[in-house]
Amino acid sequence: MPRIIYRDREWQVPANITVQDAIKKGGLNPEIVLATRDGKLIAEDVHLQADEVIKLVAVISGG
Amino acid sequence: MKCRKCGQVAVMNMRQHKLALCAEHFAEWVPAQVEKTIHTYKMFTPADRVLVAVSGGKDSLGLWDILLALGYRADGLYLGLGIDGGFGYSDESQRKCEEFINHFPDSPIPEPWLPTLHTLSIPETYGEAIPAVAQRVQRGRGKPCSVCGLIKRHEMNRIAYELGYSVLATGHNLDDEAAVLFGNTLTWQVGYLARQGPVLPAGDGFARKVKPLCRIYEREMTAYCLVRGIDYIYEECPYALGATSIAHKELLAELERKSPGAKQNFYLSFLKAKEGGLLNDHQVPPATMHACQRCGQPTTAPGLCAFCRLWISCT
Repeated sequence: MPRIIYRDREWQVPANITVQDAIKKGGLNPEIVLATRDGKLIAEDVHLQADEVIKLVAVISGG
Repeated sequence: MKCRKCGQVAVMNMRQHKLALCAEHFAEWVPAQVEKTIHTYKMFTPADRVLVAVSGGKDSLGLWDILLALGYRADGLYLGLGIDGGFGYSDESQRKCEEFINHFPDSPIPEPWLPTLHTLSIPETYGEAIPAVAQRVQRGRGKPCSVCGLIKRHEMNRIAYELGYSVLATGHNLDDEAAVLFGNTLTWQVGYLARQGPVLPAGDGFARKVKPLCRIYEREMTAYCLVRGIDYIYEECPYALGATSIAHKELLAELERKSPGAKQNFYLSFLKAKEGGLLNDHQVPPATMHACQRCGQPTTAPGLCAFCRLWISCT
């Protein structure tokens, strides 16, 4: 199953799910993260393959 | 999803623009948008020397990269604030700025001009790090952000002026501006609303301050750094955790999710309304400026400026 990593969290999602749905499954708003695979940016409509690892990058910073 | 320009696989979809682009065309699109913003708001021209305030974060390093790619003579200014946060936040931030400029690959501007990174350490220059100063003065009680803002504004302006830069550019993006606008609207701070804009004109002793990323989403700046391979500091300033501005950004992101373009419309329609005279009654006429007796920087009241009062009050 694809694994999603965001900060210190990690969750698994069913294969063939889209990036956008994988983000939502982690309870996140897709507007506040970007998805990367092997360090490369991927769009939210990409379907995830079994065993791949997706790292989410936070978009919001502040102060 | 396909790139609108070349039909290759898109990596970035901007719903507010109904535009999806591949990495190559996205990396071209962002600087083109920034160039339009610079022209629209008459921020500066290629004749200007621009000082970019860099923090090591995605927005400021992304901005520096864009200005250099567009051919502007832009140098960087890094202020070391002495913030550790358990992971050497300031040291790491400075390292990111140095790595960026040391590896800046292909400046389109011919030799002999090369971009320079100016650095100044607040603890080394003034004897104390920002968190320590904040603990001992009324202004910083609880959080050092107010003290930090005051010191950074003073030092950026002083250095820009002393080194002969006509323009000081900061990496405020559309989300930053929309969050500030949102916060000031919630409390109807009309004085602050009247002052908010992409350009703060130059004054007696003040460099012009500009925000060339004010029409670029924070999401787009993050994506820009990813596709350009810009290595920025990912960790948040330890004192920014729990900041109201972050809460406001999250609220606006929720609105954006349901209504693509909402953030952009909020900010740009504010600027348009302001241009149409909405806040004219609240514009504060330029104050008569005085030279600070201690540092010589301009200040609204005779005597010492807020920066010098701060350092005197904590010694």
